Amino acid sequence: MTRPLLIENARIMDPATETFINGALLAEDGQISAIHEGAAPGAPESAERIDASGLILAPGLIDMRVFTGEPGHEYRETLASAAAAAAAGGVTSFVCMPDTMPVIDDSALVDFIIRRAASANGVHVLPAAAMTKSLAGEEITEFGLLKEAGAVCFTDGRKSVGSTALLRAAFTYAANFDMPIMNHLQDAGLAGHGVMHEGLMATGLGLKSIPPEAETIPLERDLQLAALTGVRYHAAQLSSAGSVAIMARHRKLSTRLSCGVSINNLSLNENDIGSYRTFFKLSPPLRSEDDRQALIQGLKARTIDVIHSGHDPQDVEVKRRPFAEAGDGAIGLETLLSAALRLVHSGDVDLMTIFRALTIRPAEILGLSTGRIAVGAPADMILVDQDYPWVVKESDLKSRSRNTSFENARFTGKVMRTFVGGTEIYRHHEDGQ
Amino acid sequence: MGHSCDRPPQPVKDETTMARSKPQKSSGNPAGPASSVTPFKHRHLLGIAQLNQLEIVDLLDRAEAMIPISRQPRKILPTLTGKTQINLFFENSTRTQASFEIAGKRLGALVVNMSVKTSSVAKGETLVDTATTLNAMQPDVIIVRHSAAGAVELLSQKVGCSVVNAGDGAHEHPTQALLDALTIRKHKQRLSGLTVAICGDIANSRVARSNLMLLNAMNVRTRVIAPTTLLPKGIENIAAEVFTDMREGLEGADVVMMLRLQHERASGRMIPSPREYYHFYGLDAEKLAYAKPDALVMHPGPMNRGVEIDPAIADGAQSVINEQVEMGVAVRMAVLDALIADQPQVSA
Repeated sequence: MTRPLLIENARIMDPATETFINGALLAEDGQISAIHEGAAPGAPESAERIDASGLILAPGLIDMRVFTGEPGHEYRETLASAAAAAAAGGVTSFVCMPDTMPVIDDSALVDFIIRRAASANGVHVLPAAAMTKSLAGEEITEFGLLKEAGAVCFTDGRKSVGSTALLRAAFTYAANFDMPIMNHLQDAGLAGHGVMHEGLMATGLGLKSIPPEAETIPLERDLQLAALTGVRYHAAQLSSAGSVAIMARHRKLSTRLSCGVSINNLSLNENDIGSYRTFFKLSPPLRSEDDRQALIQGLKARTIDVIHSGHDPQDVEVKRRPFAEAGDGAIGLETLLSAALRLVHSGDVDLMTIFRALTIRPAEILGLSTGRIAVGAPADMILVDQDYPWVVKESDLKSRSRNTSFENARFTGKVMRTFVGGTEIYRHHEDGQ
Repeated sequence: MGHSCDRPPQPVKDETTMARSKPQKSSGNPAGPASSVTPFKHRHLLGIAQLNQLEIVDLLDRAEAMIPISRQPRKILPTLTGKTQINLFFENSTRTQASFEIAGKRLGALVVNMSVKTSSVAKGETLVDTATTLNAMQPDVIIVRHSAAGAVELLSQKVGCSVVNAGDGAHEHPTQALLDALTIRKHKQRLSGLTVAICGDIANSRVARSNLMLLNAMNVRTRVIAPTTLLPKGIENIAAEVFTDMREGLEGADVVMMLRLQHERASGRMIPSPREYYHFYGLDAEKLAYAKPDALVMHPGPMNRGVEIDPAIADGAQSVINEQVEMGVAVRMAVLDALIADQPQVSA
């Protein structure tokens, strides 16, 4: 049994109730056992005491979109290295995507992920199972058996299922087991061989482009099918102003819809590609500044529920290619919170909205008991220094891959400590670990 | 011939229990009573939808009277001697075709089997042409199975004889529903008030549709159990209760009717795999324990053992699956007798 943990003098934030109190928190046996305003009235003699003056105590982050390389591409990222990166970023749970080799489309593979992750640092790895066998978009997977094995949702990961009939079957069948569907949105035909947002920038670079309609058309389709079938539907990642407007309209009609946005699309725009910088080649593509502003407004209006890292480790070879031939994706577990806090410091979004999108909303969508600071909840927590200045150095990253879109970025605000079940799994050291 | 009236007309009190109180002693008179006092009003049997409660009970009573014929040494009740029956099966079927053939032959009819390969092109045209041709041969009854819903009714409009629907697409299979009801009534002595759970591919099943209509007409509490992908829109208006969880759906049921999963058709779209289907919707001892201890287990056949039903349950003490087959012959004899022997002779 772990020692009881008493965190004192913290600014305790609960995104579920949207409240702050200044006080102390006691964690015992993996759970939050008491929360006190002001000084702690007393704790067990054996308790480890942490003075959290000047720090925010918040729930550990839940990242709904993380790719690893295990099984199949362990040189990019293992579950253990992803979990280490997560801990350093304050992420105590993440959904791992099924795009591995083999694809996570069978209950035995879900079981494999859970057992492999259990030997890591304690970060909860939540397997998303493939929606279609081999991600081929042709036959649905065994949703019931996958759910029993521990899958938390169904998705074809980077792929966007194109068949309307298959989507209807998948949505209907997912509703049968009350499981959420998480779909990436990109019309394959319309996107074609496009590699970045359609606009002046792409024209100037001479790159084939992807119009926002490649996202809005499948989004509209999915939302109508969700209404037809009653499924719990999560649009994995919006990137455009048009998508935010469509989502806002449909949300008025149904409470079973949710959507996410990548921190990359909230923080960056097409101009960051500069002269063919492949670390900014992402899917969905970074879009215009107007789109980014619309995403921020959507987050503020809570049309957008979730911010995720879209952590996608790619080896150097895949990125060291001409832009059009380079792989998509960037890592992001370790920079997720700091990049999100930029939006707070710039005055775009308030702190509570940011934290809701990183904790309680993912928990609610996935049906988890974490993501909140409440008595009885798991003691998955982070201590955050909102004003801590730091610079992202590639050499400090815990991920096995280096394809960060925030290299040398100057951030204000960082995770100081990360706890899972009341046990510390990460502590920041001044010398940069 | 065939119109012996040894049974006095009775006032109808409780239709579903009529069979018990009826002093019908057909066993003592093998060639005697097969027909009811009230002549069957319909020229065709196209579906359960055309029948009211009294007509259903009448057919079940007639069928019950037919049971002993097939159990006696000389299995013949020649009420249809000199009549011609054509079995016209556009869809492959072994058991239903054999059942109709035996039923006709035990009634003394001349039975001709025709298996017709359908081309998906110009189906309607072929069907009407076939009907016209057969009609010219002056049959008395045509038994039709076709993969297209409504095909049997279309054919019935083009011929001068009686037509029995032996299954049209996912629409109706009336003799199956009647034989199921007869099997239940024999064991439970009634239909009214029972709870019958129909499990499986409701969306694509003509057996489910005919059974639901018949059982609803007989005041049975009907339930359907299936994953959402196999539940057709509006089913909640047809079945009294709809379940997606098999254990909940079987709770307290008197009868469990399993349906054949067309897994070669459903696989990958409606159902990911037979393995998953069996795990959640296959009838095994653990799930069956939720039904009443004396619940009947039924299946229209042919069974996918290990897909929708555990072989041990299919062959177990609660199973009446083989009895359903026997009742099938009795029901089809009754239907043929009611349609042909009862009809006033119309000269061409």
